[in-house]
Amino acid sequence: MSGSNVLFDAPGPRTVARHRAYSLVALVVVVAVLAWVVYKLHQAGQFEGDKWEVFVTPRYLEVIVVDGLLQTLKMAGLAVLGAVVLGFVLGIGKLSDHRLLRWPLWLVVEFFRAVPVLLLMIFAWYTLGISEPGTSFWAVVIALTLYNGAVLAEVLRAGVLAVPKGQAEAAYALGLRKTQVMNIVLMPQAVKIMLPAIISQCIVALKDTALGQYVLAPGLTRIYRQIYLQFDNRVPTMIVIAGIYIVVNLALSWLATWLQKRLVGEKNPLDLTRVGNQQGGENTGGAA
Amino acid sequence: MNAVLDDLDAYLQAFGYTLALFVISGLLSLVLGTVLVAMRVGPVAVLRAAATTYVTTVRNTPLVIVFAFFAFFAPIINIRFTWLDVHIGRFDFTELFGAAVASLSLYTCTFVCEALRAGVNAVPLGQAEAARAIGLPFGGVMTNVVLPQAFRAALPPLASVQIALIKNTSVAAVFGVAEAVAQMRTFTNSFASQRLGIFIAFAIGYIVLVEVVSFAAARAERRWRIA
Repeated sequence: MSGSNVLFDAPGPRTVARHRAYSLVALVVVVAVLAWVVYKLHQAGQFEGDKWEVFVTPRYLEVIVVDGLLQTLKMAGLAVLGAVVLGFVLGIGKLSDHRLLRWPLWLVVEFFRAVPVLLLMIFAWYTLGISEPGTSFWAVVIALTLYNGAVLAEVLRAGVLAVPKGQAEAAYALGLRKTQVMNIVLMPQAVKIMLPAIISQCIVALKDTALGQYVLAPGLTRIYRQIYLQFDNRVPTMIVIAGIYIVVNLALSWLATWLQKRLVGEKNPLDLTRVGNQQGGENTGGAA
Repeated sequence: MNAVLDDLDAYLQAFGYTLALFVISGLLSLVLGTVLVAMRVGPVAVLRAAATTYVTTVRNTPLVIVFAFFAFFAPIINIRFTWLDVHIGRFDFTELFGAAVASLSLYTCTFVCEALRAGVNAVPLGQAEAARAIGLPFGGVMTNVVLPQAFRAALPPLASVQIALIKNTSVAAVFGVAEAVAQMRTFTNSFASQRLGIFIAFAIGYIVLVEVVSFAAARAERRWRIA
């Protein structure tokens, strides 16, 4: 079913009038709610210039971008890199013909997919030593790598299995060996199918860096704390930090959609929802 | 591990809170998500735009920030959960719990909406056309024909969303709900040498919850699959 217009008839004059009435009521309600929120914020003095001034001061903007955004992107980037490597290792291992290799890896993947990232983060943090400097950064990276790596392993498996069977058969018929079939024939096609799912996973990783707050990690959440403690402007800071996350994530989803159209076509997105215990690489709400 | 076994009560109570958070927010998110998807595919343009904006914004916000919103932003606009004061046995459901449930359900419902929208798109065109041909209005088309099928088609992604919700309940620890992760941190602080055992014990608790939901979803999917 494409397009919402199949769900209702082309409206006649009376329905058009009714829809206009609905639209008007809906508009009034939405505007009223927004106005009430804005009014309450105004009343609480959240729109005063000095609460927002910090966000137009170049020195602080630099802090937000360099110590906040860049640190967050660094954590997410390292985690995604690690996750891709780990995902390839685990994913190919899970496709192995040898049970002794396949089963332990299955256990590892299931374990890290079912455990909350926050739990992993805390454990990694305590293990690295909570009092030593820099450990919270790596705790975030390690936790996100393990979780996203496990998810990407499933994505990779689904990607390889999604390559038409004839491809592998033809490759074997040419006399290629197992490794060659995987490296030369299956993997290049699988990666193409997987790429949008990998980008979606980047969004999950980026959003989950915010959990680093609980282990005192650097990045946007630490900057958020520092700014509101100094300027007593918790709400404006929250809005700005959320805005930064949203903009970066929207850019990433746009990239994923573009890649999807370009590489796979709109018809056959990789159906990851039926992967394993039904968690795929889709953005299902992160996985704190 | 011994630390957990010696204080099994605390362990179970912590997972009780996790379970309560999951069940209540799960149900609320399903209801809210259904309303959102009806708005998104409905004929009223304003509602469509409002729902789309809401879903796009919240989906791309980290859950921690949604929680922070209810902890610090909501009280300013007079949304408080101080009215919530329920005590059942050893469980206290108060302000922090209410804020956690609100954050989790308002966050998760956007993902429910997206899963259902994919489900609606999976319903064959002829179904909606036939429903319209027999004279059903939009409400009838949705409730009697499209949504029942959309729910079935959307079951696997809905299950993933709910599984993600189980794991997301852990964020409530950051905002002072005494659920499993908060309890794990308490244990780890008092018994630092048993760190690994404590971690595994709590990981197992989550794995059990996840596997139960995933098993139930697989059963339900097999049972309700459209032939």
